Amino acid sequence: MGNTLIEKIIMKNTGAANVTPGEIVTVNVDRVMIHDIFIPFVADKFKEMGFTKIWDPEKVVLIYDHLVPTSAVEDIRHFKIGDQFVKDYGLTNVHRSDGVCHQLMPEQGYAKPGNIVFGTDSHTTTYGGVSCFSSGVGYTEMASILGTGEMWIRVPETIKVIVNGDLPANVTSKDVILRLIGDLRADGATYKCIEFHGDTFDKMSISSRLTMSNMSIEAGAKAAIFAADAKTAEYSKVALEDIDWIYGDDDASYCQVLEYNAADLVPVTACPSQVDKIKDVAEVAGTKVDQVFIGSCTNGRLEDLAVAAKILEGKKVAPFVKLIVTPASREVYLAASKAGYLSTLIKAGAILTQPGCGLCCGRACGILSDNEVVMATNNRNFLGRMGTSKVQIYLGSPATAAATAVAGVITVPEM
Amino acid sequence: MSKVWKFHNDVDTDQIIASQYLLLPDIEAMKGYTFESLDPDFAKKANPGDIIVAAENFGCGSSREQAPSVLKALGIKAVIAKSFARIFYRNAINVGLLVIVVKDLYDGVEQDDEIELDTVAGVIHAGDKDYACTKLPDMMQQILDQGGLINSLNAEEE
Repeated sequence: MGNTLIEKIIMKNTGAANVTPGEIVTVNVDRVMIHDIFIPFVADKFKEMGFTKIWDPEKVVLIYDHLVPTSAVEDIRHFKIGDQFVKDYGLTNVHRSDGVCHQLMPEQGYAKPGNIVFGTDSHTTTYGGVSCFSSGVGYTEMASILGTGEMWIRVPETIKVIVNGDLPANVTSKDVILRLIGDLRADGATYKCIEFHGDTFDKMSISSRLTMSNMSIEAGAKAAIFAADAKTAEYSKVALEDIDWIYGDDDASYCQVLEYNAADLVPVTACPSQVDKIKDVAEVAGTKVDQVFIGSCTNGRLEDLAVAAKILEGKKVAPFVKLIVTPASREVYLAASKAGYLSTLIKAGAILTQPGCGLCCGRACGILSDNEVVMATNNRNFLGRMGTSKVQIYLGSPATAAATAVAGVITVPEM
Repeated sequence: MSKVWKFHNDVDTDQIIASQYLLLPDIEAMKGYTFESLDPDFAKKANPGDIIVAAENFGCGSSREQAPSVLKALGIKAVIAKSFARIFYRNAINVGLLVIVVKDLYDGVEQDDEIELDTVAGVIHAGDKDYACTKLPDMMQQILDQGGLINSLNAEEE
C-alpha cells in the first residue's frame, strides 16, 4: 500500500517509516507566517507562555498586509507591537509593504516544496500550490510553535480530485475550485487533505494552482496539495530531483475520489453569502453590480491581471461601476506595469490600489453598503465581509469579474 | 439550566466576530460585537451559562482565535454542534471554550429552550429527553477546567 502526498511529506519531516490517517504526530515546523492582524495576540501569548527566545528566528516570517497602508489610527498599534517583536526576538524576514502574505510566502521562497508551514490565517493552505503541507492555526498555537518549533497534528485522510482535458477558454482554475467547493460543500473536506491529479493540473501554471489551494479551506480542508513537477521546481528555484518524491502513490488509500472532465466545466460564481452556493454564471447573468474587485491572495497574480487587461483592452468600465484592482504583491505590480496591463486597466477606468489585502478583508479600498452588489475575485463572500451585512458578494474568476465590470451586470466572459 | 441559542449550518467566523473588530485592543472590547451581523443585540441578551446549539460546520472560515474567545468572554458555557470546522475546534479547546459534537440535539431543541449539560456524566437533559454526549478525555477536561491550554501547562509546571 502506497502513501498519499501529505503522508509522504509528514513521513519525510518526522522520519517515520509510515503514517496512517488518524494518527497524532508531532512535526518539525519548517516555516511560520504571522500577519499584522494577529501579531499583537501572538506576542501576548508568547510572553504569557514564558518563552524568552524564538526557536529559530530565520524560520519566522512577519508580514504586514491587512493594514497597509493604515486606514484607521488604531492600526498603527499593530505595527508598533510587530516592530517591537522583531527587535526583541531578532526576526529578519519582515515585509512591511510588499504585498499579501499568501502571495509573498511562495513568491519570496519562504514556502518551499515539501515544507510543513503554519500561518495565523486560514488561507495558509495556499502553499499547497507549491507542494507544501501548509495550514492555518490560531495565535495560541502559533506562540507555542515560536517557542518550540513543533506542532502536533492529526494525519488527515485525503480526497483525490482528478481532472483531465483542456479547460474551455473562459474557464479558469477559480471556476474549477468553486465547482469543487460547491460539490464538496463548505464542510466536505473538514480535517482532510485534498490532492489534485490529472493532466488539467499538469498544464496549470503555479499561479492557478495557488488559487485552488488557497480556496480549499472554503470546503474545510486542512491542506490541498499539488504534486511537484518541473514548474514547481522552476517557480520555487529548487532542483527537480530534490522534489520529485512529492506526489501521491497510485496505490495510496483515498477516502473519496472526485473526477471531472475539464471540457464540461463552465464559469461559475459563489452567490451571497456562502462560498458553497455555486451557480453557473449564466444563471445569474444580468444581475446589476455596483462594484467589481480583482485582487487578493486568491486572484491578484500576474496572470489574473493579464486576463483582466485582455478583456478590458480598448473598453470602458460601465459608468456606474467602480472597478478596483489590487495586485497581490509588489513584484506582481511591477511585472504588470512592465507588461502594460496596468495602463490598459487604468485607461479602461479601473481604480488601482496598492498591493495588500485591501477590500478582501473589508477594512479599506472600497467598502460597500446595504444592498450594493459586488463581483469579486477573492475567496469569501461571508456576511459583512466587505462592508455591511447586507452587501451582496458574488465570487468569480478574474475573467468573469472583468467582463462584468464592462457590462455593469454579471456576465459570462468570452475569451 | 442553560438557555439555548440556536444557530444554523456553516456559522462562519466573520459572523461570530467581524474582521473590523479584530483591531480592538482586547477580547473584552470585542465581545460586545459577537454575532453582530446575525443579531446586533446578541451580546446584550446572552447570559453567562447560556449554550449555543448549532448545526453543521460551526466556526468555518478564518483562523481567528477571537471567535471562540469572545464566546468564552460572554460566558457561553458550551457550543454543541453537529460538527465543527477544524481550526475553530482546536482554537476553542486552546482558549478553554467547551465544544461538543452531538448530532441529534439540534433537531430536538428550540431557541430559548432550557437544557442541562452534564459533562461528567456525558449527558444533556433537554425537556423530557436525554442526549448522550461524548465524555471528554480527562486531559481535555482538565485544560477546560483550568481555562485553556496556557493555564493548564503553567499549572503542570508548578
